[in-house]
Amino acid sequence: MRALVWHGKEDIRCDRVSDPGIEEPRDAIVKITSCAICGSDLHLFHNLIPAMLPGDIMGHEFMGEVVEVGPGVNGKLKKGERIVVPFTIFCGECEQCRRGNFSVCERTNRSRKLAEKAFGHTTAGLFGYTHLTGGYPGGQAEYVRVPYADTTHIKVPDSLTDEQVLFLGDIFPTGWQAAAQCDIEPTDTVAIWGCGPVGQMAIRSAILLGARQVIAIDCIPERLSMAEAGGAITINFEEESVIERLNELTDNKGPEKCIDCIGMESHVSMAQPDTIYDRAKQMLMMENDRPHVLREMIYVIRPAGTISIPGVYSGFSDKIPMGQAMNKGLTWKMGQTHVKRWTDDLTRRIKDGEIDPSFVITHTVGLDDGPEMYKVFRDKQDSCIKVVLKPGQEVTLQ
Amino acid sequence: MTYLSNIVRSPGDPKVISSGASSLGTADRLARALGWFSIGLGLMELIAPHRITRALGMEGQESLIRAYGAREIGSGILSLSIDKQVGLWSRVAGDGLDVATVMPAMRDDNPKRDNASLALAMLLGVTALDVIAAQSVTSRHSRSSRQWREYSDRSGFPRGLEATRGAAKDFQLPPDMRAAPVLAAVSDQPAQERARSH
Ligand SMILES: NC(=O)c1ccc[n+]([C@@H]2O[C@H](COP(=O)([O-])OP(=O)(O)OC[C@H]3O[C@@H](n4cnc5c(N)ncnc54)[C@H](O)[C@@H]3O)[C@@H](O)[C@H]2O)c1
Ligand SMILES: [Zn+2]
Ligand SMILES: [Zn+2]
Repeated sequence: MRALVWHGKEDIRCDRVSDPGIEEPRDAIVKITSCAICGSDLHLFHNLIPAMLPGDIMGHEFMGEVVEVGPGVNGKLKKGERIVVPFTIFCGECEQCRRGNFSVCERTNRSRKLAEKAFGHTTAGLFGYTHLTGGYPGGQAEYVRVPYADTTHIKVPDSLTDEQVLFLGDIFPTGWQAAAQCDIEPTDTVAIWGCGPVGQMAIRSAILLGARQVIAIDCIPERLSMAEAGGAITINFEEESVIERLNELTDNKGPEKCIDCIGMESHVSMAQPDTIYDRAKQMLMMENDRPHVLREMIYVIRPAGTISIPGVYSGFSDKIPMGQAMNKGLTWKMGQTHVKRWTDDLTRRIKDGEIDPSFVITHTVGLDDGPEMYKVFRDKQDSCIKVVLKPGQEVTLQ
Repeated sequence: MTYLSNIVRSPGDPKVISSGASSLGTADRLARALGWFSIGLGLMELIAPHRITRALGMEGQESLIRAYGAREIGSGILSLSIDKQVGLWSRVAGDGLDVATVMPAMRDDNPKRDNASLALAMLLGVTALDVIAAQSVTSRHSRSSRQWREYSDRSGFPRGLEATRGAAKDFQLPPDMRAAPVLAAVSDQPAQERARSH
């Protein structure tokens, strides 16, 4: 089959690879009909997440049709069924899964020993990600093996298109969890840094959850225009001061809830000298992340507020002002998304017409165009916000 | 490489059979080659500046060559990074400095004048390559800041924005996701009795 394969920094190729096969009783093989490139894939593209190996198949946001099931799936999933696959693989039985903390499932990471060394304790297995999280081959491919398939799936109604449900596997529940864990009150101002696909979903979620005002921050005009369409007041950080604007919009009190939808690769610019410092240290491997946004959030947030971090950080971050954070009595919520915890509710909301996540798609291409689209998405060319790949089709659509 | 890394894969994991087109373009590969070249040259300048000054009849300028070595390594690291435009343009600027430094060695009374002219020719060649690489990498990766699509019709809310504000009020937030409610501090009622919005 064909798959998008990681060969090193900025080197993704559409390779011919062997087909996946059932290994464990709870496995299923899924024929992929649609998959997407995620902002997290860009961190891998930049080789900023440790423990990637040449030959790793990318992709953790995908859906398709079940073509084979292992004997342990026990009728929970049948051949021919149409499913979206959550990017966090979970067993459904361990203590964390029973608490709904699927992204830290204690069983699904097959590189458990390595993870324990790196993180202290293991987290869940993830598709198309580092070997610290199991190194499971991802879904930017024609077929994928889904481990723990009897639990790790989301059944979707035939009445909804791929485009409407695909993002249930990652960015929609990610934006939702980011907003939900802010525990939004009707009086709250929610400030969201980053208007990439995750930021767009977080904006819509905060609106649905009834925030008084949602403020979105970025510097890319097309992304800001999409944020505004979703109900956000926008701040272009290249044109105005984020801190001043946020204070102005909140009677000088600061936003109660701040969401970081950017993570470790904050934009580097002369106007933000700390980002140059971080970039230099990152290049010399003296720091993993560029936590500019964390610094900004901690500074501007209203005391006793909540910081929610769906943006991915990979290791050590320098100069996090813990003194400000501690004295302001902040609450921090973060993590990879417990996808399945939210998806039944979110599927219903899509079906009921409350939201249609397909609004974020700007590019649809075949798998062969995948490597080029990594570049286009990363460089934010052609007003690209979200790329969907169709492994079954080779037409280049817009 | 993929052959080696297959050791960690399980029998059912797909393995690469043949490789297709890469996201790395020709310009990116040229940048990488120049990046490594920069680091190699930089190391030589740092470690053995005498060899260079002697060959060019520029004795006494060793510290300068060492400093240039450090500069080359810096440009090299940048050219190998994802910010390769910056690295390549810094190489172009460095080439200018190099040329300016070698020029005085072209004086008639320099016994090593032939070496110096050879070095100058090489420098000019590398400069041309650097300019080509810097230009093509810049054009390959830059976005046009003037032409962008307006997405103001993409609310994502089939019923419209205003009808959707607060529409998920039926959502039951799991108790572990509750945050410290900011309003509690100014409310008359004890926080736990306050009617929650959801
Ligand atoms: N927690 C999870 O489970 C989960 C799931 C999916 C994605 N993510 C992470 O979420 C993050 C965003 O993903 P995405 O797909 O939206 O990526 P993206 O790269 O498309 O979006 C990031 C956006 O942030 C903007 N930005 C950069 N620096 C900024 C700054 N200083 N201030 C304001 N805006 C800035 C960029 O212009 C860009 O639009 C990534 O880190 C990704 O890894 C996490
Ligand atoms: Zn993702
Ligand atoms: Zn589990």
